[in-house]
Amino acid sequence: MLQFTTRGIYCPQADVYIDPWQPVERAVVTHGHSDHARWGMGRYLCHPHTAAILRLRLGIDTAIQSLEYGEVVTLNGVRISLHPAGHIIGSAQVRLEYGGEVWVVSGDYKLTHDGISVPYEPVRCHSFVTESTFALPIYRFPDPASVLLEIKQWWRQNAEAGFNTVLLAYALGKSQVLLQHLDPATGPVFIHGAVANVNAVLAEIGYQFAGERITPETDRATIKGAVVVAPPSALGSPWLKKLSPYRIALCSGWMQLRGARRRRGVDRGFVLSDHADWKQLNTAVAATGAENVYVTHGYEGPFARWLREEKGLYAREVHLQGGETTEGDL
Amino acid sequence: MKRFTKLFIAIDQTTKTNAKVGAIVNYLENSDDRSALYAIALLIGNRPRRPVKTADLKGWAASAAGIPSWLFEASYHVVGDLAEAIALVLPPQAEPGQAFTLPQVVDELANLSKRTDEEKKASITGYWKRLDKDERFVFTKLITGNFRMGVSRQLVIKALATYLGMDETAVAHRLMGKWMPTAETMASLFSETTLGERDFQPYPFYLAYQLDTSPESLGDVGGWYIERKLDGIRGQLIVRNGQLFVWSRGEDLLTDKFPEFGPLAEMLPDGTVIDGEIIPWQEGHPLPFQVMQTRIGRKNLSPKSLSEAPLVMVCYDLLEWNGEDIRGRPMHERRDLLQGLLSSPTSYPALLLSETMAFDSWREVADFRQRAREFHCEGVMLKRKDSPYGSGRRRGNWWKWKTDPLTADGVLIYAQSGHGRRANLYTDYTFGVWDEEGVLVPFAKAYSGLTDKEIAELDNWIKRNTLERFGPVRSVTPYHVFEIAFEGIGESSRHKSGVALRFPRILRWRRDKSPEDANTKADLLQLIDALR
Repeated sequence: MLQFTTRGIYCPQADVYIDPWQPVERAVVTHGHSDHARWGMGRYLCHPHTAAILRLRLGIDTAIQSLEYGEVVTLNGVRISLHPAGHIIGSAQVRLEYGGEVWVVSGDYKLTHDGISVPYEPVRCHSFVTESTFALPIYRFPDPASVLLEIKQWWRQNAEAGFNTVLLAYALGKSQVLLQHLDPATGPVFIHGAVANVNAVLAEIGYQFAGERITPETDRATIKGAVVVAPPSALGSPWLKKLSPYRIALCSGWMQLRGARRRRGVDRGFVLSDHADWKQLNTAVAATGAENVYVTHGYEGPFARWLREEKGLYAREVHLQGGETTEGDL
Repeated sequence: MKRFTKLFIAIDQTTKTNAKVGAIVNYLENSDDRSALYAIALLIGNRPRRPVKTADLKGWAASAAGIPSWLFEASYHVVGDLAEAIALVLPPQAEPGQAFTLPQVVDELANLSKRTDEEKKASITGYWKRLDKDERFVFTKLITGNFRMGVSRQLVIKALATYLGMDETAVAHRLMGKWMPTAETMASLFSETTLGERDFQPYPFYLAYQLDTSPESLGDVGGWYIERKLDGIRGQLIVRNGQLFVWSRGEDLLTDKFPEFGPLAEMLPDGTVIDGEIIPWQEGHPLPFQVMQTRIGRKNLSPKSLSEAPLVMVCYDLLEWNGEDIRGRPMHERRDLLQGLLSSPTSYPALLLSETMAFDSWREVADFRQRAREFHCEGVMLKRKDSPYGSGRRRGNWWKWKTDPLTADGVLIYAQSGHGRRANLYTDYTFGVWDEEGVLVPFAKAYSGLTDKEIAELDNWIKRNTLERFGPVRSVTPYHVFEIAFEGIGESSRHKSGVALRFPRILRWRRDKSPEDANTKADLLQLIDALR
């Protein structure tokens, strides 16, 4: 029912692409991250919260049709519905059903709860297209609650030692998870402009997050014992100067490896991810009951072979163009 | 083990020298003598011989993790560090709540070599079950070696000097040689009275930086000894109490590798320590470094290999004379004593005096340096005539001034991801030159020479321009050209290009060149001819 083409994952019967990277007539978008939601499609179909994010990121407002989780739209006989993926606000798995055959495209997902996005729900299917960003057994992430606790303690220690705490995390997704859990009683909470922009959009759809935007007018003296949430691109930029003296940490699944942390030259690396780790990926695949598994975005080769040889599934690796998620995209 | 693991984490989490030194001092202050001694040994790299085979470790880890060996290999490749990969794939700690001391663990590992494979497996997998995630990593690191945890030897010396209230140079001296914590105490290692009992103990080597200013800034050329910089193995030759010890700069005891020096135990006076370059030598000239490499690699030295690569030590300094440490005396005095020693009635065929060359001006020195390869050397050493013999790498009194490297333009053809800090990033490159049939043949592998930013850019490009994957290696579209620098070049039947390079590294990314502009195999062979 689905084909892997040079433009993206394609359903010929419904004439619709899922997360295409080249302009097509009709696109289903799993979530608002830029490697999945691209500019130039004729029409977009996505969750209402993703729609709000697309309007901000892509500056489009007309051609978006939104679909609640579980709601069905039928295109030329293909029943299409979205289901929570637990990755970020509005993220969805795409279920397609035609002639009794069911496919699910996972998009990015995680099974742990972040306290903000609607938790992942397994969807039974015959064929499952799964991401594999962290599909190696070395990626067994610690419980996010314990990591968040560690982050809070670190902030407190830094504040006591007279340092600001800079936390680097995706502007959309992890930044909000951090802001949700940081206790304003410890000290002032500041945010980078990129995070503030995302928060403003999320506020329109009913999500409120703490954090004062740092602007050129912000009085340096007020940034003391503070926590500052900024995107990873801020690392090494002059923007950080204003926050001195500070200690800086990256919050990412890639921080599981010492080499990744040392290479970035940050003080700490907190393993906090919006993706499924090895165990979650295996749990998710098993929960779909799918016999055919197509592995994309990450360690396709090893994960497909594992599912084939150890789990007896018909599993294939699919190399999507631009689908090699690496630390560079952190 | 818990405290040592904490020390490891503390050192690993900071890039600041003072914080690292502080963490080590703190550890020493809160340790009993034995734990302190073991920690020091590990930090400077003196650890027991690897008790188990890498393949066994991998196999046990994979089976404990419930994964097939190919998946372990794929994971290890991404991590780039065996101990870390093992610690990450193992299931969560099964039997928490037990504490082990560092000496206990290290001693058990040291004794494992004598045990059966079954016993080894039981011991190691037993620890894996009982240690937590961080401890496992450090524990496994003890086995796999390469125990580099972001501390240099100098840093450990600094911490010890603070802790013991001793001078750094004295601490550096006491730490020399491959001593094992099992056979020492803090007192035997550091107290004044025991120094004389340690006949094997070498002095810290004095190392030079590459000259990075104009030679004129060094003052009058007459104030300097100028010697050829030879490409051999830096060594220290010790004769004390009728025993001979030959140490390399890497602090490997190489006495048995060099039977040429054997007779010196009886010929040289007791209490003699000479610093020099060990190098194959024939008919008044050094032989190429490859000759040395084939010899060093041999386990058993046959008469044939001894005659093909006869070694000498070209002596340039005298550190101990008649049992007295004379490193503090000016170099001209030390050199006079050395000269006297080597010209004594009994001659030592394996010892040559390093010639000093007379120049009237720095200009002449510069000319010599330019043509160094013609004189079988890689440049010159400049040593201030009145300088004491220092410890470690210092600026000021000694300089090396190497000749410009040879260069060739090669095309990037293969890439492999690196280790440690460079794990999961394509940083190990293979470059090709064109052969007679217009095929790119590999001629150099290089890991260094690019900035982090260039590495990231290239990594990105490699992932998008991969032609084929062979396990961890990818072949890429021939597109990028790099200028490769190297110190020497020789013919080699082991390489497809027919040449082997010495110390290849990337000099610059030639974005202005396209693959057809790269050098050819014929160019390289011509270069070898020209250097003969």
